[in-house]
Amino acid sequence: MSLTRRNLLKKTLAGTAAASIPLSALKFLSSAEAKEAVETSKTRYAFLVDTNKCVGCGFCVKACKHENEIPYDSPVTRTWVERYVITKDGESHIDSPKGARDGFTSEEIAHHEVNPEDIDKAFFVPKLCNQCDTPACVQVCPVGATYKTKDGVVLIDRSWCVGCGYCIMACPYGVRFFHPIHKVADKCTFCYHRLVKGMDTACVDACAFGARQVCDLRNPDDPTTKIILTERVAVLKDEYGTKPHVFYIGLDRNVR
Amino acid sequence: MTEQIITHGADWTIKHLFVYPNEFIYWGLTIVMYPYMTGLVAGAFVLSSLYHVFGQDDLKDIAKFSLVFSLALLPVAMMPLMLHLQQPLRGINVMFTPHFTSAIAAFGIVFSTYSMIVLSEIWFVYRKYFVEQVHALKDTTSAVLKMKRMVYMVLTLGAFDVGDQAVAKDKKAVTILAAIGIPVACFLHGYAGFIFGSVKANALWMSPLMPVIFIMSAVVSGIALCMLTYIVIMEWKKFTTTMARGRGDESVQIIAGVELDVIKKTTKYLIGFLLAAITLELLDIIFRGYTAMKSWDILREVMYTEDFFKIFILQYGVGNVLPFLMLMIPGAKIKRTAIALALILFGVFMMRWNVVIGGQAFSLSFAGFMHYDVPFIPHHLELYREGILGALTVAATPFVIFYVINKFIPSLKKA
Repeated sequence: MSLTRRNLLKKTLAGTAAASIPLSALKFLSSAEAKEAVETSKTRYAFLVDTNKCVGCGFCVKACKHENEIPYDSPVTRTWVERYVITKDGESHIDSPKGARDGFTSEEIAHHEVNPEDIDKAFFVPKLCNQCDTPACVQVCPVGATYKTKDGVVLIDRSWCVGCGYCIMACPYGVRFFHPIHKVADKCTFCYHRLVKGMDTACVDACAFGARQVCDLRNPDDPTTKIILTERVAVLKDEYGTKPHVFYIGLDRNVR
Repeated sequence: MTEQIITHGADWTIKHLFVYPNEFIYWGLTIVMYPYMTGLVAGAFVLSSLYHVFGQDDLKDIAKFSLVFSLALLPVAMMPLMLHLQQPLRGINVMFTPHFTSAIAAFGIVFSTYSMIVLSEIWFVYRKYFVEQVHALKDTTSAVLKMKRMVYMVLTLGAFDVGDQAVAKDKKAVTILAAIGIPVACFLHGYAGFIFGSVKANALWMSPLMPVIFIMSAVVSGIALCMLTYIVIMEWKKFTTTMARGRGDESVQIIAGVELDVIKKTTKYLIGFLLAAITLELLDIIFRGYTAMKSWDILREVMYTEDFFKIFILQYGVGNVLPFLMLMIPGAKIKRTAIALALILFGVFMMRWNVVIGGQAFSLSFAGFMHYDVPFIPHHLELYREGILGALTVAATPFVIFYVINKFIPSLKKA
């Protein structure tokens, strides 16, 4: 066969196409590997917040900032506590100064005083990543840098995130932000590095009132799991269909 | 020395009432520029295709120009994204590991497909010209012209056959490419709308109409920019000819005649697309108000109070209704048309602004607002990239690129 220009071009094209298939794409898995890849995990981490117990001290936020190396004075935070004050006129006054890192030290809410006489009810609500079962953030990541582990925790690969911010936009709970130093998306991981060693999260350890608990939903003997399974618990914003896995006791209708 | 800690968004976001601590205006001016620039690319291409595919002969002159101009706009569509990324050097990751459940992941593929279509279409349109140049510059002695000839040699890609049969084949290829190009251009931009429309967390963005609205306004802005650039270039030609030969010279009259003719014909198409765009946008607002979902309270607050001026005065009033009337009232001459075109471009820009920034003007808590304070003076690199100066860099680049391309591909010469 003579090498005409047409043939040369054809062959070059075919060669380029073949070369562009990475060898790793053709890797065969051993049966054990394949089984591991599809089999459901024996663990599903979940979180329980008892809002009745939270006093708004902010120790959880402080502990989280230290444990996860989030710049202390930066306004962003992996977990925060919101204060709700519902007055007799039906208005809700909400704030979370510095994410409640220093607790709630002023009676002023969002720059105005509320007369204690006018208050119907007031409470605190801790927030953190909901480690959703169908996470919107994972769906929208263009490079697959954020992913869900088999035990249900959503993580971010800091070496691969391009920093487009699409996941931040997609999260209905506003838990994501850009890490001020690493310049990639960041959020609560349930302290995954601690969980996998059998420890509790930093915020759970820091809470003196037992308002925060972390558990394994697949372990029916876990006392926290028992509460979630047998008592009346609620989740935040289930209308988005993300199947959040942070459960709340005593959630009020005013909570955003 | 401690490293300066910059919280992305904190420099330009002003919070009001209750906003979650991590919420900021993460998508600023660069992301306003991104759909604006891709819109211009898509629109310019669609305009040229109206001639190549549907044989709208009245668009012949502007078609060539808008095709080449869409090439000049192409690399610029990517620029604001690169400026926006926190890790610009990793931008290529989207090609390495595209995660196809994400609307952005398609970007690499759609964008490169589209680039190839535009490049090859231009090649088929100008191949004959390249060959002619190679022959014409054969005996040149000047080093510059020799260099130029070399460039044309490369541009021909070795295809020197300009017989009738070969040229006919070129023409056929152009038609096919332009035909494929229309859906791809619409897809390129429709999916930019999808990027926003599919964000379920954002009450303002989430709408199945978003991609269609984006396509319509893209075509509007693309046509308007092509027309406006065409006017500026023709006016410049007229000016230089007047300088050289005097006001009363015949050639000045000819240029002016051609210019007005082309502009009048293109205006008809512009008005059609403009009407479609406005109708869809109004439908979207009416539907939101009528269904009045949970988010409507905060959306209404944003639209009718916080952003009223930007949405109803600047976008719909100054950017849509006013130029529409200016074009519809009979007897439009070049000057009035040019002003209307500039207003339309401004209107589409404001539409992008109101979608991108407006969508972040309220908190996910529906209990607070965020105000965007556009960064102007760049105290650090991030404020340049995300600020007005970065946006101006993006806006100026296509004209520089077009200037260079035009040295080799004379898209402005009348065929």
